Formats: sequence, structure tokens, C-alpha cells
Amino acid sequence: MSPALQGLVMIVLGVGGCVGYFYGANLLLDRVIFPARGAQAGRNINRANLVRPWLFLLPALVALSLYLVYPVIETLRLSLTDRSQGGAFVGLANYRQMAAEPKFWEAMRNNLMWLVVVPALSTGFGLLAAQLTDRIRWGNIAKSIIFMPMAISFVGAAVIWKLVYDARPEGTEQIGVLNALYLWLGGAEPQQWLTLIPANTFLLMIVLIWVQTGFAMVILSAALRGIPEDTIEAAIIDGAGPMQVFFRIKVPQIASTIVVVWTTITLVVLKVFDIVFAMTNGQWGTQVLANYMYDKMFRANDWGLGSASAMVIMLLVLPILIWNVRTARREMR
Amino acid sequence: MSGVAGHRSALSWAVNLSVVALVVLWLFPTFGLLVSSFRSADQIAASGWWKALFPSQISLTLRAAPPETQMQEGAVYVIAGTLFEAGQSGSVERWGISSRAFDAFGPGDVAPLRRGGTITVAADGSYRMEHTEPFGGTRGQRVFVTALSPPDFTLDNYRTVLLSGDGQDNMAKAFFNTLTVTIPATIIPILVAAFAAYALAWMDFPGRALLIAAIVGLLVVPLQLALIPLLKFHNSIGIGKGYLGVWLAHTGFGLPLAIYLLRNYMVSLPRDIIENARVDGATEFQIFTRIILPLSFPALASFAIFQFLWTWNDLLVAKVFLIDASGRTTVMTNQIVELLGTRGGNWEILATAAFVSIAVPLLVFFAMQRYLVRGLLAGSVK
Repeated sequence: MSPALQGLVMIVLGVGGCVGYFYGANLLLDRVIFPARGAQAGRNINRANLVRPWLFLLPALVALSLYLVYPVIETLRLSLTDRSQGGAFVGLANYRQMAAEPKFWEAMRNNLMWLVVVPALSTGFGLLAAQLTDRIRWGNIAKSIIFMPMAISFVGAAVIWKLVYDARPEGTEQIGVLNALYLWLGGAEPQQWLTLIPANTFLLMIVLIWVQTGFAMVILSAALRGIPEDTIEAAIIDGAGPMQVFFRIKVPQIASTIVVVWTTITLVVLKVFDIVFAMTNGQWGTQVLANYMYDKMFRANDWGLGSASAMVIMLLVLPILIWNVRTARREMR
Repeated sequence: MSGVAGHRSALSWAVNLSVVALVVLWLFPTFGLLVSSFRSADQIAASGWWKALFPSQISLTLRAAPPETQMQEGAVYVIAGTLFEAGQSGSVERWGISSRAFDAFGPGDVAPLRRGGTITVAADGSYRMEHTEPFGGTRGQRVFVTALSPPDFTLDNYRTVLLSGDGQDNMAKAFFNTLTVTIPATIIPILVAAFAAYALAWMDFPGRALLIAAIVGLLVVPLQLALIPLLKFHNSIGIGKGYLGVWLAHTGFGLPLAIYLLRNYMVSLPRDIIENARVDGATEFQIFTRIILPLSFPALASFAIFQFLWTWNDLLVAKVFLIDASGRTTVMTNQIVELLGTRGGNWEILATAAFVSIAVPLLVFFAMQRYLVRGLLAGSVK
């Protein structure tokens, strides 16, 4: 069967199956198990209403537990075993082995740098772009353009920026903008930017900043518009300049949104894989955790070590996870 | 906007200029790749793409027609024609007939030939050689031309990438594979999530708050943790690597966001509508399909766009759950990464392949930007 046809069948089966399940299970509940007639009609309706939420939730819960909850537990278990010894329990040996590898610490160091630089600059540029585009007539077009990289895949972005960083031998025409600019500004010879440690890590970060700024801008722009006009007017009447209005009045009022944007980008950074994989594959000192993990899992086929590094990523995500859950619970009350 | 009285116009200029700078900075890299995808390999190697937008100076070594084409006009023998070959064009700035003095003459000048006679070259590349005696030899006169060539773009790269059979450069198959991954992976989670979101938004049952909190938690669980356990699971139930596996994986990974977005939206629907329907005797199932689902269209659209962009642009999930050693099920992102490895210097292929893969998400983005923004706001601003 051709894949396209298979896809069509899958859509029909998937959607049809869902509709069939929800409709059928609902019917079964109301007509057969707890029919709303006879002597116990009232009790049956109540019982049916107790069961129904779980009926509606069941497919989602099964999928979530199988595809997200179970893997977390299984990864934790795998990280304590060794595949080459037939999956024997080895305690923390994988973690110890990982801690002894310089490449792991390189990935940790780089990840920490990514964690500091990318969210800060993306949020900063996003805030700047939001504030500026809100004040001009063609602001919506400008926003669209800055937002556009969000639609481009990380792989596509990697190709786009690899052309920017491209280097040709000395004496020939440079086709990468960065080298052309560098030589035009008086640089002595073209540089192989992606092999220059530590500049290359920052050049990779630029790609992600370029992608994420639009996201920050869209959300911060909505938050800026939500600021009550009278607070700004009061500040201006009191003689505040534009800078003071921005930093003393506007920024404090959108602080919670800035935190949300910052943490969301932090999550993206922790999982960044495609950009490094496509541009340097972790060579020349640019390794990051996600790519290190991929290396261990699918190139070295070492599931224990791979799982251990995945657990490290999970551990770094955990504070944000807990914080998100607590905020969500507080808001529901 | 926020009346900064006094120096308003100066400030407004500064704001406009800063935004122009930002926009140019953000557009520049993508635009470079787009321009490169319309240039031939030689052009890309010869000059930066930013020079392709303007006429460029090129140096050519051309040859006049051989002496056998000469004609007699009265007392003089003449060879005439145009130096440019088919497909070449430009305007001649300088020319010469020896490599040591390749720019000795301007258009319209008359130069003496080494073996007697004269030659003149006009700005449009046409030339005329005259001599009182017949021209000898077998080969045409060499002419060195410095010409200004207009911007020159070609669709050849797209022909190579889309229509060149089953070569390594051909993206057509990967394009359809990507589409095959994306569409079911976008549609299937929507319905599953919609029912769950309705239950979490409008039905009262013990443990609801806990479930919502769990979904918020699952929202940020890194994909990386799921790879090996799920691959093992797929292998053990006989799916192995293939489309079914990648559809299921994308569905599972997309569900938390889908449920979260849809629940947030459904909760904000007016309570009256739902209570009135309940009073009128509608069943929960009817309320959901007749009222909630149609009203939730904006949220459904938001999620569909997210999921579409995410699955289309994904590399990791496809690499782990779909692409096997045979390589028949490769997707575009993966093929581009492979091209980066094998054709690292061939920018005409890389740029075009990347643009073929970027084009669809960009179209979706510009067409549905409103829903995308709305979804983002619902997903992160609280």
C-alpha cells in the first residue's frame, strides 16, 4: 500500500475510530448500562454522569500515559541498567561514566551558556520589537516579518545561517555575508566561523535567537497593549520621559508575562537539537545535551548512557515543570 | 501613541529607522537564501548573492566568427556578427584583442589587427572586422571583453530539485513523505483532545484539578525522554519504524498542548449557553458536538497550525520513529541535513531544497497568522 493511501486510511480510521468510540461508548452508557428509564432512572442518570467524564478522557489518558508518562519512568529505569550486560541493574554506573566524559561537561557548559544568552537576548529583542512596532503605522507588517522565522524549521534556519557564515579560501570572492563584512571592515583573512572556539557556540545561538524573538515579541506586544492607559498618562503628566515610562511603568506591569516568555524559551533551549545537529553536529566544542544524548543513543547505541543524559535534561526542566504546575493550580482556585 | 509631547517627530523618526533596521536584519538571511536558490552554481561561487541584485561586471574571452564566414563588400573583406553567444547578454564597457591589453579599447573604438585590417566592437557586443585582403587562418579572432551583465536568475535549480527523477538531489519524494507524516499527525490528535478538553472544562468529577495540573506538567516533558522507551515499545508490538509509529508518536506528543489550549478556550465560553442546553434536555454528547465544537473553531485552528508546523519542521521524531536504513521514507528536514553533509558546498542545491521545505509552512503562516497568534497568547499569557 502506498504511504499516501496508508495515510488516508489512517485519517479515516483515526477520525472514524474516535467518533465511533465516543458515540458508541456514550450510547452504550445511556441506553444499555445505565438506561434513564425504569425504576432506577434518577440513580442511573447520576451514575452515567459520574462515568461519562472518564469516557471522554479515556483515549487521551491512554495516549498520554503511554507516550509521555511511561517513557519518563522507563527512561529512569534504563538509565540505571546496562544494555550490553543484557539490561542488568548497574546502579549509578552510567551517571558516573557520563561524569567522567569531557564531552558531557562540554555539553553542560554550552547548555548553561545557551540558557543564559538565548532567553535573555530573545526576550530583550522581543520587548524592543514589541515596543517599537506598536508605535508605527506599518508595525503589523514589521511584526509579521520578525515573527516569520517561527514558521521555518530549525533545519531550514541552519541552512539559512550556514550560508551567512560560509567561508571561501582567501583571495576568492566571499559568498557568506559575515566574511564579506569582516573583510570589508578590514579583517585580514576569511574566517571559518563555525570552527572558531568559542565564537561558534554564540553563532549557533544567534540562529535560535533569530527564531525565538518573534515569539517573544508577539506575546509581549499583547501584554504591552493590555497595560491600563491611565498609568502611562499619569506618569507622563508627572514628567516622566519615554525611557522612564518604558522601564519604570510598562516593564514592571508586564513582569509576569516576561517570566512566562523567558521560561518558554528556556524550555526550547534545553531541547535544542536540530540546529547543532545540522550545523556542527557538536564538533569544535559546540556540543549540547540533546545532541550528546542523540549521539549516545543512536550512534554509540549506548541506551544506558543515553537515558542518563536524557534524565539530566529532565532534571533541568523539572524546576520549570513544578513552577508551571503550581501557577496553574493557583489560578484554578 | 503615548503622547510624548515636544520632540515627537524626532522620536518617531528614530523609532521608524530602528524598526527598519530590525526588519532588514531579520529578513536578510532568509532573503539571501531565496536569491541564491535562483542562481546557477557558477554565479553563486563567483559573487555574493547581494551582488546578484545589481548588474555585475564580468570578464569574458570571446571569439569572432572564423575567416571562412568572411564576405566581400566592394573592395574590403568583412567579418561581422555579435560576440555574445546565445544566453549571454550585457553591455560592453572595455575590450581588447590581446590578453596583455584586455581593456585597451572602449565601445566603438577601432583597433588594428595584428595581421592587418581593423576590428571594432560596439556596446551591444556586435563587431565588424575589415581588411583589404582576405582574412587568413582557420580560427576566429579572440576578443577580451569586460561587460556589465544584468541580473540573471534561473529556475534550473528548482527543476533539479523537484523534477530530476530519483537522484539524491530530488526532494519530490521527501516532500510527499513529509506531507504523509504531517496530515494524519495533525488531524488525529484534535478529536481526542477536544473530548478530553470538554470533560476537563465543563464536567465536574473528582480528580479534575489534579488531571489539569498533570497536563500542565506533561506540557514541558522533553521529547528526548520518550525516544528509546517508545522505540522499544513500537518494536515489541510489531510497528517498528514506519508511518504508523510516527503518527502515533506525534499524536502522543501533541496531546498535552492540544488539551491545554482547547480546555483554556472552552472554559471561557459563556456558561449560559451550556446550562440552557442542559436545561433543554440536550445530552452532554449533543452539547459537545452541536455547541462546543463549532464554537471552539478558533482554538482548533490554532492547535492545528501549531501541530502542522511542528510536525512539518520536525527532524528528531522522524529520525527515530520513521526513517529506516532503506531511506525510502526520508522526510525533507532529514534529506536537507544529509545534503548538508554530502553537498556542503553546493549552495544552489541546498538553498533550493531548503526553500522547497520552507515554502509550505511560510504559506500556512502568512495565511493563518491570526490563529497562530491567538493560540500563542492562549498558551502562554495567563
